[in-house]
Amino acid sequence: MLEIRNLSFSVEEDGIRKDIIKNLNATVKDGKFIVITGPNGSGKSTLARLIMGIEKPSAGQILLDGEDITWLSITERAKKGISFAFQQPVRFKGIRVKDLLRLASGKNLSVSAACDYLSEVGLCARDYIDREINSSLSGGELKRIEIATLLARHTRLSLFDEPEAGIDLWSFQNLIRIFEKMRNEIKDSSILIISHQERILNIADEILMLSDGTIRERGTPAELMPKLVNAGNGVCQKLR
Amino acid sequence: MLKLDAIQKRLIEEIADLHSVPEGAYNFRANSELAGRNTTANIDIVSKEDGSGIDIRIKPGTRKESVHIPVVLSQSGIKETVYNDFYVGEDSDVVIVAGCGIDNCGTQDSEHDGIHRFYIGKNARVRYVEKHYGSGDGRGQRILNPVTEVYMEEGSSMEMEMEQIKGVDSTDRRTIAELKGDAKLVVKERLMTHGSQNAVSDYQVNLNGAGATADVVSRSVARDVSSQTFNARITGNAPCSGHTECDSIIMDSGHILAIPSLEANHVDAMLVHEAAIGKIAGDQLVKLMTLGLTEQQAEEQIINGFLQ
Repeated sequence: MLEIRNLSFSVEEDGIRKDIIKNLNATVKDGKFIVITGPNGSGKSTLARLIMGIEKPSAGQILLDGEDITWLSITERAKKGISFAFQQPVRFKGIRVKDLLRLASGKNLSVSAACDYLSEVGLCARDYIDREINSSLSGGELKRIEIATLLARHTRLSLFDEPEAGIDLWSFQNLIRIFEKMRNEIKDSSILIISHQERILNIADEILMLSDGTIRERGTPAELMPKLVNAGNGVCQKLR
Repeated sequence: MLKLDAIQKRLIEEIADLHSVPEGAYNFRANSELAGRNTTANIDIVSKEDGSGIDIRIKPGTRKESVHIPVVLSQSGIKETVYNDFYVGEDSDVVIVAGCGIDNCGTQDSEHDGIHRFYIGKNARVRYVEKHYGSGDGRGQRILNPVTEVYMEEGSSMEMEMEQIKGVDSTDRRTIAELKGDAKLVVKERLMTHGSQNAVSDYQVNLNGAGATADVVSRSVARDVSSQTFNARITGNAPCSGHTECDSIIMDSGHILAIPSLEANHVDAMLVHEAAIGKIAGDQLVKLMTLGLTEQQAEEQIINGFLQ
């Protein structure tokens, strides 16, 4: 279980302090599929980066299964079972898809096992396993490989930062299927996704609506979707 | 039988991935002396009469055979210049594995300057692999100054993989290639310098015949206070195509000078060069750390991949 207690994060721009996350509280219980949504600039990506340890909070606590991980490094959090899919996946010259999947799994993954993860994200494994993760891959391909690395990790808590961003409609249909499958096979791990997509919001156990660095509303899709769609804010426009 | 001690065997493993005597033709040189030689029906190796090196003669039509000519130096203070000439017959298809390993635990410099000349016959194919490696904690320098000259006949092709990853204090590599019509040259250079090492790599490729192509690609990493100079010039003297690329990671207080250059003497010469130098991107480190690697492990993986 992940607990976020009174979390705040601020930055200084031109000598002026700007609060990005404001005294935020949230809980992600085991076996839950949580979607965070909200307008651009509401602090969603920052929240995910704070949970992974890529950013450090100005105040507050992050607990994983009761243990305070607020000041642990990225590596330590990864080892404790948190994984993170970047909104814009990173490219590496010379590192092949199978190398990255091996690093993700933390063991000498067999080629057939690596292929299984690629197949799960809708990539023909034979065509991709030896490809370098460089600029020859499209945004959609990179995104799927990024998701495959999270599948290979089998972690307690998986964070996805806008998995739908930058992929075409064709890839998007596949993406939804991947998340529906994850939702069905969640068991005692948990998933936290930042998304604007109605079909992802609809399969959530709980939606957290973030605005201006704090959670404005929370509830099931049945409770929250009508409000989001009718709210007339940035989320509504994206959902439409 | 090979006359090699334990250190020499380790050096051979590093430079030629050899754990035992290779199949096919070979010539092992250890501390300036012949340590073992084998010839085959198609590949002959003879010492030059003046003792300055060897001639390797590959019969026309020789296919799927290999030649290994590793050199190791394990005594401090050796300085040698060796001339190895390869005559590759028409229509042959061979692999040549060279390389030099120096272990210097002494106070005097050890230096091996290998001058390799390749005369590649019509339509012959050569894959050439050369690794340089240095070890030993003596104050004496480990110095390698190879010269490679490649003369390619019509329709021939050569793929050169040159790698120097560790332990060579000073290297000054000169490569010259002359290509006739439809000849194809591919060079893949991998270089890492550390400590206060200095490396210079200089290429002059002349595309002299119609349809000749060259692709000279270097990837390098400069760590600590080491210094590198990459100087690649492709000259097009006929309807031809050439590409050179230098891609480098700079770390610590390293120094890299990349000077790709092109010269066209024919209106249908198509020549391209690229060069990029940069540090390891922060988001690359972060990504690998989210997979559970420490920052140092992430750095190693990024460099290993880059130099693969």
